[in-house]
Amino acid sequence: MYNASDLRKNLRLMLDDDPYIVIDFQFVKPGKGQSLYRCKLRNMLTGSQIDRTFREVDTFKPADTEEKAMQFLYQEGGSYHFMDNENFEQIALTEEQVGDAKNFLIENMECKVLLFRDRPIDITLPNFVDVVVTEAPPWIKGDTVSGNYKPVIVETGYKVSVPPFIEQGEKIRIDTRTGEYLTRVKG
Amino acid sequence: MSAQWKLEAKRGALETRACVLYAARAFFLSRDYLEVETPNRIPAPLPESHIDALPAGPWWLHPSPELCMKRMLAAGYERIFQISKCYRGAERGSLHLPEFTLLEWYRAGCDYLQLMEDSEDLFLYVSGTLGIGSRLTFRNGEIDLAKPWERLSVKEAFDRYGSICLEKALEQDRFEEVLALEIEPRLGNQKPTFLYDYPLAFASLARVSKDNPAFAERFEIYMGGLELANGFSELTDAEEQRKRFEKENRTRSRRGRPPYPVPEKFLDALSRMPESAGIALGVDRMVMLFADASSIDEVVTFTPEEL
Repeated sequence: MYNASDLRKNLRLMLDDDPYIVIDFQFVKPGKGQSLYRCKLRNMLTGSQIDRTFREVDTFKPADTEEKAMQFLYQEGGSYHFMDNENFEQIALTEEQVGDAKNFLIENMECKVLLFRDRPIDITLPNFVDVVVTEAPPWIKGDTVSGNYKPVIVETGYKVSVPPFIEQGEKIRIDTRTGEYLTRVKG
Repeated sequence: MSAQWKLEAKRGALETRACVLYAARAFFLSRDYLEVETPNRIPAPLPESHIDALPAGPWWLHPSPELCMKRMLAAGYERIFQISKCYRGAERGSLHLPEFTLLEWYRAGCDYLQLMEDSEDLFLYVSGTLGIGSRLTFRNGEIDLAKPWERLSVKEAFDRYGSICLEKALEQDRFEEVLALEIEPRLGNQKPTFLYDYPLAFASLARVSKDNPAFAERFEIYMGGLELANGFSELTDAEEQRKRFEKENRTRSRRGRPPYPVPEKFLDALSRMPESAGIALGVDRMVMLFADASSIDEVVTFTPEEL
């Protein structure tokens, strides 16, 4: 059982008999009053999104799911194809089901596919992925103060803020749980 | 794996933080306040329904220095301030850290209206020290700190911004929800707002209003939708305070939280405490305002997750 204080981004829980994932989360606590947990959740079966505000007395069941190791094969027309590492069966997920993970999927990457009553509904990525920067504004040497961040685009099309010294063609490591830049990868 | 660059990027905000702390100290010292340090580890935290103290051995880390500071007031320290780390369990979000910094000040012989004026002067003093004048940019808006700030009663705020009136909200146990989700974002957007006169159920340690006994002389400061401080005319009736503690502890038990020991030494001192007023200001949020930060994470050296 989860308590409201367990709520956080990416938590999977049962709501009205369907599995949901928290996609946005805000902790709100006015003055000396009780805590409120504002959540945006995605129904993992239908892909539809809802807004709900929970109170500290609310409890939830964890989503009743199982994980299987699979390999990402390719994406075609909004469909993401994976192969089961054990029986080589192929399955597909929709863009909504893949969610933010699409920003970090690279062909042949190992990941975990989440099944709900044998239906694929979501994937879990490795915590860290290394991706190539495909577009970066030039670094103005000596500019170590202004901004401290600059936006770049990586090979999957994902836009991320990085320190100013990162240049096009370099490989960087991203934390897939937060979507944030971590470090430059040498070689 | 450490994200070293994130810490490097905090330098500007940390410099603002140091300056805010320096200016706040200078402000209170210039007004003859005594800076005090009371213990952070205490045997009995304030029994409040919705604030959890973190255990430290058989005692607790203080969720605020309120109890000790009021014992000092009762002992004749008439103007005191403290800047201290405070600790609250199960509070983490873009405006909350389980370990955070509070600035509290207490003054004998005054009430919450005078504290509001102190607050106006403090912010103007700090912005002056930072050299930014009275206007500051926060979250794409401009807030004018020039006196006087807006004064809006809780009742008026519900009428003006809420989907239901205050009486209905209390009846349906939706006070916090309407306040946090509908009202707060609208407060303090051009000028800072004092939201004042809270219903008795949310009186905490505040004195009941003489003119309007359904309300307590408590206020909060809002700027750019951000709640910054909570102040009140202090309740000096020990018996009434004991009843409120018992009620808070009953609410705690009902919600599955441990009740806290009644702070007897505090209650004993309360009967000797002069008429006074006190306020707790969130220093981290104050720095957020002056550094135009979107999250509390940006204005502290390390969040728990970064340790």
